[in-house]
Amino acid sequence: MALESLDIRRRSASQTRAPDVRERLEVAKLIDISRCIGCKACQAACMEWNDLRDDVGQLGGSYDNPIDLTDRTWTVMRFYEEEIADKGLQWLIVKDGCLHCADPGCLKACPAPGAIVQYSNGIVDFQQDNCIGCGYCQTGCPFNIPRYGVRDGKAYKCTLCSDRVAVGLEPACIKTCPTQALSFGAKQDMIDIANARLVDLKERGFDKAAVYDPPGVSGTHVVYVMPHGDPALYRMPREASISPLVSLWRSGFARTLGVLTMVSVVVAGFFHWMKVGPVDPDARPPREGE
Amino acid sequence: MNLSRRQFLKLTTSGIGATSLGALGFAPDRVLADVRNFKLASTTQTRNTCPYCSVGCGILMYGLGDRSKNARLRLVHIEGDPDHPVNRGTLCPKGASLLDFVNSPHRLKFPEYRAPGSSEWQRVTWEWALDRIARLMKDDRDKNFIAKNAAGVPVNRWTSVGMLAASASSNESGYLTHKVFRAMGMTALDNQARV
Repeated sequence: MALESLDIRRRSASQTRAPDVRERLEVAKLIDISRCIGCKACQAACMEWNDLRDDVGQLGGSYDNPIDLTDRTWTVMRFYEEEIADKGLQWLIVKDGCLHCADPGCLKACPAPGAIVQYSNGIVDFQQDNCIGCGYCQTGCPFNIPRYGVRDGKAYKCTLCSDRVAVGLEPACIKTCPTQALSFGAKQDMIDIANARLVDLKERGFDKAAVYDPPGVSGTHVVYVMPHGDPALYRMPREASISPLVSLWRSGFARTLGVLTMVSVVVAGFFHWMKVGPVDPDARPPREGE
Repeated sequence: MNLSRRQFLKLTTSGIGATSLGALGFAPDRVLADVRNFKLASTTQTRNTCPYCSVGCGILMYGLGDRSKNARLRLVHIEGDPDHPVNRGTLCPKGASLLDFVNSPHRLKFPEYRAPGSSEWQRVTWEWALDRIARLMKDDRDKNFIAKNAAGVPVNRWTSVGMLAASASSNESGYLTHKVFRAMGMTALDNQARV
């Protein structure tokens, strides 16, 4: 798999330029919420392919099972009941998981060299052997996706089955989906399918239907078709963006400031030692009882 | 090389300083990344039909090893068969989690018998089980068989026992099931489509 190392677009906390001349097909997953029946086959297929068996959790009063993403649950169906004007009560089912941003907040926030990489096909992948378990990726993610694993102190999330895609297969969730709510292919094709679906939905009275490919993170490699349009109904950010704290903390300014502080402490210590000299144990005032 | 104590300490300190800078991220790093190894690379692929419902989805089962004599096949992965006309690669959540169904420690692998009034299951042989079923069927048929109805018309009905067949049967076994039980006069024949 050494060739794969030539196809990295970005790598966390690294200054070295990645060899990046090959143009690989940019891939994407399309989640058509209007076709999803919430059967959770994608969840089962994800667990099976990735050899993940999460603990049996607790009932959260809804169909959500498990009730949240964990280090061993990389995708989860979320069920929302929403009263929508002139549509009545609607049951919204959202497949939650990593969106594989073109401009990934997790990667930008990550301080461990090479713990998060972005391949040239658009997949954002965690390399757990480089992960230091700091959890900054969770802070950096605009969609609250990565999860810290208590068992091994590493962060995990959906890989878009990078191991399957690397050998030319589609991800496990997409293959299994019985209602064709999930599709996989070239990013442009997914956008085209989504737009064609919008025309269809609008004819059926879903005039607010929209495609969710948030420009705040330069687009994602997981694209949603939202029949009711407003991302907030599906608990997705309307204006997805990376927290400004991430760019501050990863900026040249903060790094220079940190190095300057470190150096000045050493210099100050040196001058203090030159001027005052080492601590003289005899000059120390005696403690009580001495 | 001769070093005074002072020179040795200086050298050690500057060495520690320089290497610490490297550890703090000032050293260039190799830009490498790797995906997880493809886990099906040389596994044995077997076609089959999902055992659950009447839809009868095609599945691909992946076993450890290449069928050589000393390799013991163990299922490591199951996914939908893209060439199967019914499901074209897709599977429902039950089909998608078949692996744990097949490898389950609770999977029933032999016939078991629970005597009337007992709460214990006991392991029996197929011979014993089939003999007992045949005996009970014969006794019941001898007792309840209706050769003629009230008007004296021959009907040859056996209405006191029904046959529940399975949805995953092939055409051939479905045909045989039908012929055998109709020949006995059985009228209640049904299929459990959601086993």
